[in-house]
Amino acid sequence: MGRSRVYLKGNEALAYGALEAGLNAYFAYPITPSSEIPETLAKEFGNKKYPEYKFFLQAASELEAINMVIGAASGGARAMTATSSPGFSLKQEGLSYAACMELPLLVADICRAGPGLGNLGPEQSDYFQGTKGGGHGSYRLIVLAPATVQEMGLLPRLGFDLAFKYRNPVLILGDAFTGQLKEDVEFPELKPESYDVSGWATTGAKGRPPHIINSLELDYQKHFKHIGRIYEKYQRAEESEVRFEEYHTEDAESVIVAFGIASRIAKGAVNKLRAKGVKVGLLRPITLWPFPRRQLNALASQGKRFLVVELNTGQMIEDVKLAVGNGVTVDFLGKWGGVVPTEAEIESKLKRLEVVAV
Amino acid sequence: MTQVAYTVKLGKLNSLTETPTHYCAGCEHGTLTRLIAAAIDDLGIREKTVMIDSVGCSVLAYNYFNCDHIVAAHGRAPAVAAGLKRVHPDLMIFTVQGDGDAASIGLLEMIYAAKRSTPITVFLVNNAIYGMTGGQMAPTTLEGQVTTTTPFGRDALLTGTELDASKLISTLDGAAYVKRVSLAVQEISSQRGKVYTIKNLLDAKKSVENAFKVQALGGFAFVELLSTCSINWKMSVLDAKRFVNDKVVKKFPLGLYKDTFGVERQ
Repeated sequence: MGRSRVYLKGNEALAYGALEAGLNAYFAYPITPSSEIPETLAKEFGNKKYPEYKFFLQAASELEAINMVIGAASGGARAMTATSSPGFSLKQEGLSYAACMELPLLVADICRAGPGLGNLGPEQSDYFQGTKGGGHGSYRLIVLAPATVQEMGLLPRLGFDLAFKYRNPVLILGDAFTGQLKEDVEFPELKPESYDVSGWATTGAKGRPPHIINSLELDYQKHFKHIGRIYEKYQRAEESEVRFEEYHTEDAESVIVAFGIASRIAKGAVNKLRAKGVKVGLLRPITLWPFPRRQLNALASQGKRFLVVELNTGQMIEDVKLAVGNGVTVDFLGKWGGVVPTEAEIESKLKRLEVVAV
Repeated sequence: MTQVAYTVKLGKLNSLTETPTHYCAGCEHGTLTRLIAAAIDDLGIREKTVMIDSVGCSVLAYNYFNCDHIVAAHGRAPAVAAGLKRVHPDLMIFTVQGDGDAASIGLLEMIYAAKRSTPITVFLVNNAIYGMTGGQMAPTTLEGQVTTTTPFGRDALLTGTELDASKLISTLDGAAYVKRVSLAVQEISSQRGKVYTIKNLLDAKKSVENAFKVQALGGFAFVELLSTCSINWKMSVLDAKRFVNDKVVKKFPLGLYKDTFGVERQ
């Protein structure tokens, strides 16, 4: 990929972003609307521009793909897979194991409408599954939410950095809209980071004691300690890894909270309302976990009201309500089933919020 | 009485830790652990061997084999093995799976590892039952066999007949070495009365070594090892061994099912 500006689909940008970040191995299972990711990575396999890119394989199932990622990540490789909602449900087993095994790996979920087969339109209804630890046990994924094709291209690098820093799976939670949208992307001229994996990777016990990557611990006290240590790791991530974008929040009386494609529609609504003199702003979480709850709490303590806009029936709104506390107005505009809200709908919802609040 | 020439290495093996195994008395998992460790020692590959521990009675094998380990989810060991092998082709990677792990919940992972000629070694311990979970029906449970979930005997009309993993895997072009052996010592009659021969174990030992050699040659190697589970079969250890050699082998015939590289002839 050149350093100049290129015009790509979001999914293609994500694939090139992973290559730019030094991807070693990709394990694929096709599912709409994410299939351009494996297609791009299949096409680029063997391209000398990406000497770190050693292996591409289409697996027989979502389960096989995530477990191959687990095997490759155990060997210290930068390994990745991508899927869309029904496939993401199938990934949960592997992600639960990988979190307990403390494996750095990257998964992208280009969210489509659910539940069940749903349809191929955009939704953000995998928010719960992504941010709450969708598999069994107490664990979290670090969840990054791109809103533009440019971010689809940049977040894989941050994803691998955080995955190796915390030795935890990282999820890029996109949606069918950002996956299929075509926009300009620029990749910064940056060499892939190098990560030290010598202390844990299973590369053969030569001149060192064996490395054992394991999620099983039959001694309750030892397992209590192990999960406690992982929990402390999550607390550190909550301290240092919260990322968000604020737009005109300073003097805003109402703040829209939205991520991904919903945040872009919301930004359009904010611009229109600002032009009419309405004091409205936007807070866009980039990390859905850890969630920018302190920032939201600070905004609430300034007396602001909130409107949460999501492509689901109300998932992130629960975290917003927890963040702002009792007695704060938090309204909701949701669209689902592949339907997206319009700027006009956000505007009229906000106007009602203004009226109610007055 | 047939005299069989054999060598058995006694004493400490580099590829074993000093942790005593948790395996039940009479269970062949302990035997297999020793055979695998001896093969790793003899081939001099310990420092580049990674075991993928599967869910079943062998799940604690990381305590016993002195090499790197990844403990996979139930049935997924061949997929984890394949992922690691693809990024570290020089490693020697093996799994020890049970019949429930490999032939039930992980059938897809096993078939596809074989189909793609993934250079890994799979040891499938077939004891015709789910041992670790307390004796439920396995895909390999014999017709009529009593288990905790087939208390009146396995009904083939309802649950199908025994799944023959060696036969199945040998139909796949990608499998380079498929062999079924028995780990149960055999009772034979001699002039001195009944004696036990370890002929089966010697064949198993050779097959275990061959399975690593085939991986080194770039092939998918699969060895199914018939074993007992006297505890869950509710038999004495000796009766369980007899059951394998008299009954189980009739459904699961021993022998070489496939040998693409001809390692058995060498």
